Amino acid sequence: MLKPEIKNYVTPKHIRDYPTGPSFEAGHLVSINAGWRTFKPVVDINVCTGCYQCYLLCPDGAISKTDNKKIEFDYSFCKGCGVCAHECSFNAISMVKEELTK
Amino acid sequence: MVDIKKITAKNMTDKEFFFGHKACAGCGGSLAVRLAMKVFGEKTFAALPAGCMSAVGFIFPQMAFLNNAIISTFPGTGSMLSGMRAGLDALGFHDTHVVGFAGDGGTADIGLQALSGAIDRGDRIIYICYDNEAYMNTGVQKSGLTPYGTKTTTSPAGKNLSGAVTHKKNLFEIIAAHDIAYAATASVGYPQDYLNKLSKAARVNGTSYIHIYATCPTGWGTPTETSVSLAKEAVDCGLWYLAEYENSTFKINRKLTKPELLKEHLLKQGRFKHLTDEDIKVIESERDRKWERMLEKWG
Ligand SMILES: Cc1ncc(C[n+]2csc(CCOP(=O)(O)OP(=O)(O)O)c2C)c(N)n1
Ligand code: SF4
Ligand code: SF4
Ligand code: SF4
Ligand SMILES: [Mg+2]
Repeated sequence: MLKPEIKNYVTPKHIRDYPTGPSFEAGHLVSINAGWRTFKPVVDINVCTGCYQCYLLCPDGAISKTDNKKIEFDYSFCKGCGVCAHECSFNAISMVKEELTK
Repeated sequence: MVDIKKITAKNMTDKEFFFGHKACAGCGGSLAVRLAMKVFGEKTFAALPAGCMSAVGFIFPQMAFLNNAIISTFPGTGSMLSGMRAGLDALGFHDTHVVGFAGDGGTADIGLQALSGAIDRGDRIIYICYDNEAYMNTGVQKSGLTPYGTKTTTSPAGKNLSGAVTHKKNLFEIIAAHDIAYAATASVGYPQDYLNKLSKAARVNGTSYIHIYATCPTGWGTPTETSVSLAKEAVDCGLWYLAEYENSTFKINRKLTKPELLKEHLLKQGRFKHLTDEDIKVIESERDRKWERMLEKWG
């Protein structure tokens, strides 16, 4: 497993449903961060050289390397900061306005 | 010396150990934590005091660390790291890393005594200070590492004052003065240099300390996409520096390359927008004084 997967969260109904101590399981995620974005990064695979600077510099670890030595975004966790597009020396990433969804 | 393979963007692990956190978009501190965890790996035990990285990593019922990680008291990172090391050693888990991630306030101000104690004992721990130059988690208050002229909520800029009236505390040299096994400064704008220093710290048999300059778009009033380039520029124009302290010797890793960028660099940040030419002169002369001293003593 390279990254944790989203787990289902059941809202506690009673005080006894809460954990007894302040500790919690490592890598326990119950929500994504996609809703933070107003722009999303889109990569032009033909321009991407596979230098992996964007992968290195994404504060959210939302970029992964693909088998063909290019990159792909994890849009569930990308916050749309634009660091990847700004740092790509080949201008392979553009930031595209998100459409409003109902 | 053993030849150790450099960790780079191409060969580093694909695993993420700090993932799904709720840091602001473009947060330099979260990049510093993410990269450190990728270098240290699975067998790492982390402690984080109150501050942004603990606040964004441990939001019930979420836990963004894939490792064992715990929130320490605000002043107690150093001592908690010592205790963790002792506990792991007692259990025979020697092949592990113990790392702390604390902010500038948590390190230079309230946590300085506990950190000093840990360095004095020479405990095998790694302490990383991510320096966003203010108490961000509580709403941008001035810390000992807030530079001159910074507008914060406790050092407002107006008719009477133009932001913080003191210069940055000389923390790197205070840490080095303990004759610590390894200390370094870094910047999220120079990621390969940071990765190299993390690898070094991981191999030190004693206490190591890395002070990384970490952009905060929310507290600095800067565009989220410039978090890496701004941190690079800060080094290039000499407001921050890349250095190491090892075998009781200081070393500068990078020369001052673009001193003329200073004014432009400052004025593109919301926290410095109010600065007058006179204020900038004060900042410039402090920078020059510092560099002159560094080059003379460590050059
Ligand atoms: C003893 C104590 N005093 C004050 C606080 C409130 N507090 C929590 S986080 C924080 C600011 C932390 O600033 P810094 O260490 O620079 O980390 P940042 O939030 O900038 O990442 C403060 C003042 C606290 N938790 N404990
Ligand atoms: S920085 Fe640009 S060229 Fe390099 S891997 Fe990312 S998208 Fe491709
Ligand atoms: S926009 Fe920001 S969060 Fe999204 S992939 Fe690029 S660097 Fe990562
Ligand atoms: S306030 Fe600054 S340091 Fe804190 S999470 Fe946001 S960007 Fe990061
Ligand atoms: Mg801070």
